[in-house]
Amino acid sequence: MPILEGQGVTKYFGGLAAVSHVDFHVDQGEILGLIGPNGAGKTTLFNLISGAIPFKSGGIRFKGQKLNGLKPYQICRRGVARTFQETKIFADMPVFQNVLMAAFFGTPTRISGADAAREVTQALEFVGLSAMNETPVQDLTLVNQKRVEVARALATKPELLLLDELMAGLNSTEISEAMELVTKIRDDGITIFMVEHVMKAIMGICERIMVLHHGEKIAEGTCQEIACNKTVIEVYLGEEAHAGS
Amino acid sequence: MNIATFASKRFLVPVVLVLIVVLLATAPLYTALGTIPLMTTILMYIILAVSWTMFSGPTGYISLASAAFFGCGIYASALLFERGAALLPLPAVIVMGGLAASCFAIIVGLATLRLRGIYFTMFSFGLLELARRLFQYYEFYVTGVRGRYVGNVDGNTVYYIMLAILVATLLTVYFIRRSRLGLAMQGIGKNEEAAAHMGVNTTKVKVLTFALSAFFMGATGAIVATRWLYVDPTIAFNLNYSFLPLLMAIVGGVGQPYGPVVGGFAFAYLRHVLQSKTPYYFMLVFGAIMVLVILFLPGGLASLIERGRHRLGGLMSKLWKGDQAEQHADT
Repeated sequence: MPILEGQGVTKYFGGLAAVSHVDFHVDQGEILGLIGPNGAGKTTLFNLISGAIPFKSGGIRFKGQKLNGLKPYQICRRGVARTFQETKIFADMPVFQNVLMAAFFGTPTRISGADAAREVTQALEFVGLSAMNETPVQDLTLVNQKRVEVARALATKPELLLLDELMAGLNSTEISEAMELVTKIRDDGITIFMVEHVMKAIMGICERIMVLHHGEKIAEGTCQEIACNKTVIEVYLGEEAHAGS
Repeated sequence: MNIATFASKRFLVPVVLVLIVVLLATAPLYTALGTIPLMTTILMYIILAVSWTMFSGPTGYISLASAAFFGCGIYASALLFERGAALLPLPAVIVMGGLAASCFAIIVGLATLRLRGIYFTMFSFGLLELARRLFQYYEFYVTGVRGRYVGNVDGNTVYYIMLAILVATLLTVYFIRRSRLGLAMQGIGKNEEAAAHMGVNTTKVKVLTFALSAFFMGATGAIVATRWLYVDPTIAFNLNYSFLPLLMAIVGGVGQPYGPVVGGFAFAYLRHVLQSKTPYYFMLVFGAIMVLVILFLPGGLASLIERGRHRLGGLMSKLWKGDQAEQHADT
């Protein structure tokens, strides 16, 4: 059963179609990968889902309810959390405070300070940052800053998590750890929709993959199908193969 | 009790604060003639600096609308006086002044707080002109007067009301800092987009705190009007009151809650001293001080105090440890 559905989602920036007539769906409990060359509209699609950018044509439904026209905070409270490609952290605030904000505001019901603190502790433990409660986030390494972003998203108690290039800039050990973390989040019952450039990660953990190119969806299917898809190889993998040779 | 713990924030700060308030509250009983009006002025500047920082400090939205809110309070007060007598009890006039400013802040906040950075600052600056022109139009075409006489209120009463507003402002700042509202404001200041995606209703938080900070500016304006006796739109909506809160807050330092208090005090006192001696050089000297503070003390005067306090704390704990060591040696 799809938890998130999009129909004819279209967004123009001036005359440029950043996302053009994209139909998609994310099934409950799956990990869906979203790939495509730079400028394909991946992050724009995430921005449309999370309410960062308003759009007029097309519709996005989460658990059957329309998300169009809702503000980011309302979408977050309904259970859609996200991380950002460029980490958007509260740099000089301690790790704990960063996550605390999400725990306080991210859920539809008001929670007590003690409950919020418990949520934060849990989320930090989950991502493996318990030891760094008091550290200002700007003093963390990139991988740990990304962990803070994930903990922050988890503290809002989401049902669907949008991960925007979580693995970008990480080394191969960190990528394996991040892959484990993503699988662990899914096993916890949270559906995952992720944009990723790291093919190893995408092929390793996604059940399905969707490919965008110039704002249009050009393919969708299992990892196997996508890896063999001619169009995809041409526009995406082909470029990489070419660059690699 | 350990002397170092005693010197720490937890015990010392509340005790000192209560002491200061008591001293200020009893000031009319023992101070020399002419001190109370000066202190009233100083309190006014401090309130303006603190209430400006209440909103603009954590959120990073630099507002130049202070004079508009201050003026709203002044004018509300002027309208509530008739032939030198207040139509409402004085505290009610003050609250009305605050509410007038708050309402204005809510209306313009909803329209302008979607602007960011310099655009918001410019727009907030324009508000002052808008408010002034509106009142000028109203007075000229509707009521047919140029200005209004406001009733005279006893100097000590003005002083007490000013002190009460300051205490209320500082308590509000304290509770906001400790509350989730304060956390949300900080989030907005550090990364508004991230805060919004974490469930913070950024518009609500911004408009609410903008209105709250306007309330205290308006309340101050309402009581100040009774000192000025005569008010017209040009007097009420004075450009200076848009820039001064910002300057005082920067000189004092916005990082510490008492920064604007220090800045407001320093400004008002300097103004008093310099203006009576060298009326033409006052702004020059204050400008030079500001440049020096910005160059050498980016954290404001408050950072200087913080440094001193750390040293004092270190010294005290050293002494205490030395004491203990001696005791151990004796036994």
